[in-house]
Amino acid sequence: MTALLELSDVNKDYRIGGFLDRSTLHAVKHVSFTLEEEKPEIFTVVGESGSGKTTTARMILGNETPTSGSLRFMGKDIAAIRSRKERLAFMAKVQPIFQNPFEAFNPLTTLDYYLFSTARRFLGLKDKAAVEAATDKSLQHVGLSLAEVRGRYSHELSGGQLQRIAVARALIPGPKLIVADEPVSMVDSSLRMSIVNLFRELRDNLGVSIIYITHDLSTAYYISDRVIIMHKGDVVEAGRAADVLGNPSHEYSRALRNAVLPPDPVIASAIIREKLRAF
Amino acid sequence: MLTVVEKTPVSVEAKPVLRVEGLKAYYQMNYFGVRREVRAVDDVSLTIKRNEIYGIAGESSSGKSSLIKTIAGAITPPLRVVEGSVKFDFGGKELDVYAQRPAMKAARWKHLSYVMQGSMNVLNPVRKVKHAFHDFAFKHMGLSEGEFRAKVESHLQRIGLDPRVLESYPHQLSGGMRQRLTIGLATVCEPEFIIADEPTTALDVLVQQDVLALIKGVQQRMGSSIIFVTHDMTVHAAIADRIGIVYAGRLVEEGLTLDVFQRPQHPYTAHLIASLPRIGDTRKRVALGGKPPNLADPPSGCRFHPRCPLAIDKCKTDNPPLEARNNGRVACWRAGEMEAA
Repeated sequence: MTALLELSDVNKDYRIGGFLDRSTLHAVKHVSFTLEEEKPEIFTVVGESGSGKTTTARMILGNETPTSGSLRFMGKDIAAIRSRKERLAFMAKVQPIFQNPFEAFNPLTTLDYYLFSTARRFLGLKDKAAVEAATDKSLQHVGLSLAEVRGRYSHELSGGQLQRIAVARALIPGPKLIVADEPVSMVDSSLRMSIVNLFRELRDNLGVSIIYITHDLSTAYYISDRVIIMHKGDVVEAGRAADVLGNPSHEYSRALRNAVLPPDPVIASAIIREKLRAF
Repeated sequence: MLTVVEKTPVSVEAKPVLRVEGLKAYYQMNYFGVRREVRAVDDVSLTIKRNEIYGIAGESSSGKSSLIKTIAGAITPPLRVVEGSVKFDFGGKELDVYAQRPAMKAARWKHLSYVMQGSMNVLNPVRKVKHAFHDFAFKHMGLSEGEFRAKVESHLQRIGLDPRVLESYPHQLSGGMRQRLTIGLATVCEPEFIIADEPTTALDVLVQQDVLALIKGVQQRMGSSIIFVTHDMTVHAAIADRIGIVYAGRLVEEGLTLDVFQRPQHPYTAHLIASLPRIGDTRKRVALGGKPPNLADPPSGCRFHPRCPLAIDKCKTDNPPLEARNNGRVACWRAGEMEAA
């Protein structure tokens, strides 16, 4: 089996402070994991804010270089990408989805512009009909069509629809890996499931692997194959989703697991009453 | 007009603290001679009893935030109240939010306060926290500077914050502490009624339960009523006594929390509850198809009918009234069939 993505002992440090009070922030410490090419999966990175999960995502996307360690995508070191051609080929295979769909799209630009320019740039299409056909095809994968999106602005659509369009845009170049950084945290819970179900379909029907970064443990449990839990830059627990989230062994993962309120009024109100007593 | 008197076990005889009747609030715009009207709050009637936590649930752009803003009297054009009334009862004195503006102004913060969503936006980043307390609460308390300071300090201690935070700037505090501060700010005058807009949405999961427990604890100690808005059903499950479900500007269901979760009466509520993910369960959840309705041009009849699995012809033409049913209220022509299913 060949590795799609291989992180080995990746570290990222940031220098903070000025001339006199310089210190080093270890944002990501010794992170290693491998995604197989033949077996598309949803790989979830869980952690609270400041745990280093977004820095990890940025390194996988090539936006950030690791301080030490290596990230290899299909055998090639991501940090060694130099030429424009190589970079374009890499970007076609690894696509991002961002947290806030309302900020990801310029409010003064129609949404089809993003889709068309992605098709032109990555697929090298010149012909208008071919660009539109490619766009429509990827919109069909997310349950939309070009007719619904053409000429629309971001404020005309709901957060769930925008996030679907973001997924459609990421699908245009035919990626092997999608890095989704908190894709549902700005979408409300009733639409959340439609995005999460979409990831499942992408994995099963298109064979796309997904790195799903989140702090929402219930959707993580629902869709993930494997999970790592990060805390202050360290991976504190890793393994199959059912084991890690169902039976966490590390102290921090247990705390995280217990912080999730169940959607059941009897149990949830009992938890709050228990907290109240401790007050 | 639809007003139904409910009987629920919480506080039997006391007069309700809030009575909203037939409230309609629209965003009215007039661009180049074209009138546009967005019906964000459309014929909502509800009452909130003393010592009660009432949760309002609904998806984004369903009008839930417009509803609580209208209740607070904190609306600015183009949002206008077209019809209906919002009446508070503070210590036996009735107060009509839209008819008695000056009295309302005096009642603010003392009787009616507000916990806002983004705590960073509430606290001025270039002024110390103590100034926020002074700005918001000082003139309502009628105390001297020293007494006021002592009162604020003891209040902060009660909600688990070190009084030293008063001397810090907002950026020096964590998100959880800032949210605690905004709750402290809203409760320092011990108001009878608190409005909270997404009080936990911007928080890390680890502190969410503590903040919810804090809200519940403060509410119980002061015996005040809280109306809060969030789309997160698990938060409703944790602290609400009653829940109102808002869809496209209308209240479609209302009931005791346990009833709403265990026996939802409206198909939209049933869908909301069924789609919640749980740890330990990976069965496929069906997401609701279609898109949220455009409130400038809402669907005819029942506004949920284009997405409703149970819709019949009547739903497309006639708007179902909100009627009392099984200890709650529901607006659905097929509520009877929901029970059977």
